[in-house]
Amino acid sequence: MIDRPSPLLQVRGLTHRYGRQIGCRKASFDLYPGEVLGIVGESGSGKTTLLKCISGQMEPSEGLIEYATRDRGLLDVYQMSEARRRMLMRTDWGIVYQNPRDGLRMRVSAGANVGERLMAFGDRHYGHIRSEAIDWLERVEMDIARMDDMPSTFSGGMQQRLQIARNLVTKPRLVFMDEPTSGLDVSVQARLLDLIRTLVRTLGIACVVVTHDLGVVRLLSHRLMVMKGGAFVETGLTDQVLDDPQHPYTQLLVSSILPV
Amino acid sequence: MTDTIDRTDAVSAAPTEAEGYNFAYLDEQTKRMIRRAILKAIAVPGYQVPFGSREMPLPYGWGTGGIQVTAAIIGTDDTLKVIDQGADDTTNAVNIRRFFAKTAGVATTERTTEASIIQTRHRIPETPLTEDQVIVYQVPIPEPLRKLEPRELETRKMHALEEYGVMHVSLYEDIAKFGRITKSYDYPVRVNGRYVMAPSPIPKFDNPKMDRMPALQLFGAGREKRIYAVPPYSDVKSLDFDDHPFSIESWDENCALCGAADSYLDEVVTDDKGGRMYVCSDSDYCQQRRDAGHIGDGGDPDYVAGRAAAAGGAE
Repeated sequence: MIDRPSPLLQVRGLTHRYGRQIGCRKASFDLYPGEVLGIVGESGSGKTTLLKCISGQMEPSEGLIEYATRDRGLLDVYQMSEARRRMLMRTDWGIVYQNPRDGLRMRVSAGANVGERLMAFGDRHYGHIRSEAIDWLERVEMDIARMDDMPSTFSGGMQQRLQIARNLVTKPRLVFMDEPTSGLDVSVQARLLDLIRTLVRTLGIACVVVTHDLGVVRLLSHRLMVMKGGAFVETGLTDQVLDDPQHPYTQLLVSSILPV
Repeated sequence: MTDTIDRTDAVSAAPTEAEGYNFAYLDEQTKRMIRRAILKAIAVPGYQVPFGSREMPLPYGWGTGGIQVTAAIIGTDDTLKVIDQGADDTTNAVNIRRFFAKTAGVATTERTTEASIIQTRHRIPETPLTEDQVIVYQVPIPEPLRKLEPRELETRKMHALEEYGVMHVSLYEDIAKFGRITKSYDYPVRVNGRYVMAPSPIPKFDNPKMDRMPALQLFGAGREKRIYAVPPYSDVKSLDFDDHPFSIESWDENCALCGAADSYLDEVVTDDKGGRMYVCSDSDYCQQRRDAGHIGDGGDPDYVAGRAAAAGGAE
């Protein structure tokens, strides 16, 4: 326990209400550098609410979310200035949306989509931005010949890979993924998962993956948290939870996977 | 209350040509409101100040913003020059000049050096402006980020937090597609190292003139209800990349009438057999040069000789 690193993200007592409706109830967890955390649950269980709250997109009704910034240590995400929070979201964090249209600029080319974060960061050298974009598009296995095409002309899998490249170009330490593979067919899904796993391992990025697909978390995540009705019902190592589910809901979830 | 009445009386005593109108058309309360917006705009260079734009007796897009700014700052001893695309004799320019001659009774001129207020659409005069002058731009779209971000709420936030990366995205796209920055008018600038600003649809040829200009620069957008300003001697830098620096247009030809090599040229088609000539877009500048005896390839030697003789005779 002595050499255990300090957490990258600390969530304490996070509760979010939509009027009288509860979206998420008393969620608490730590995320360590390089760790991949899976959050599973059925539709309406509060997964996306939780992700929005912890990724700085929606302030929760109650609770504390602290992030270990590079310069000043643990800081409350919602107490820092908006300028700083937005800067954090653009540089040290990445957010991969379920629908690529939410995360991409559909009217500018793939290369510019990847370069945007660099330009926001003050990079004013076209040649450098261009070569960085090429490098990252190659890393996500995209065809460089298409880097000046609009994302709207890409297939769903390519759009999702482009979104990942756009997020990783500033070398973030934490990436949030909301259902990154749903909406893709299985073979494309498999390739994308393989890619995400490789990138996360080689770059040591911490990840929060929200999904309803147990196969995705089995492949990607180290730890797993099962949500139901806005609260965690079971947490543990991924294989532990999936192979030996304790809570009745988790047992139901695991037994609901359709065998091929 | 009496205070207000007194002020109105004082103003209506000023010499006006048209009966039944207040001096310079707008009522005094409106002028005060616009002046407040202008003062704020000057205090925060490049920041777009919202103001209660009024209906003017001409359509949006014809210079309603510029007219309101001019009406708010003009006084009886001002001399007004109005240009449209550099020329003093185009419809828009003539109409606005006559509008103020009629409603304010002020002197008007076509000579840049004689004017104290210059209202302009699409150009900055070639003759350098001085500290004693104010230039008022007519602006159709004041928000430089608008084409990239349609939400007003978001663009305001981007200005507030200095998130201007997306501005360079549009320049990147140009270079990726065409090998150079192709934006040639309304070229975005950064004012005083802070706000990114739309310089109104002037050609980028005029952008360097804005940098550290001795004259006060005011911008009025009537339909969009925004006023912004660049105080005298402020830094105005055109956005660019280190390896693709900002550059202005250049021509192989000189002005056909006055031979100027340093002015913005318009291409004029002269017949249907491919004939064309290049002339100064700034009509006053061209005229001054011709009167001074300069002549281009397509100029009329008799005209220049005649003017020279007339000038000699006058002495």
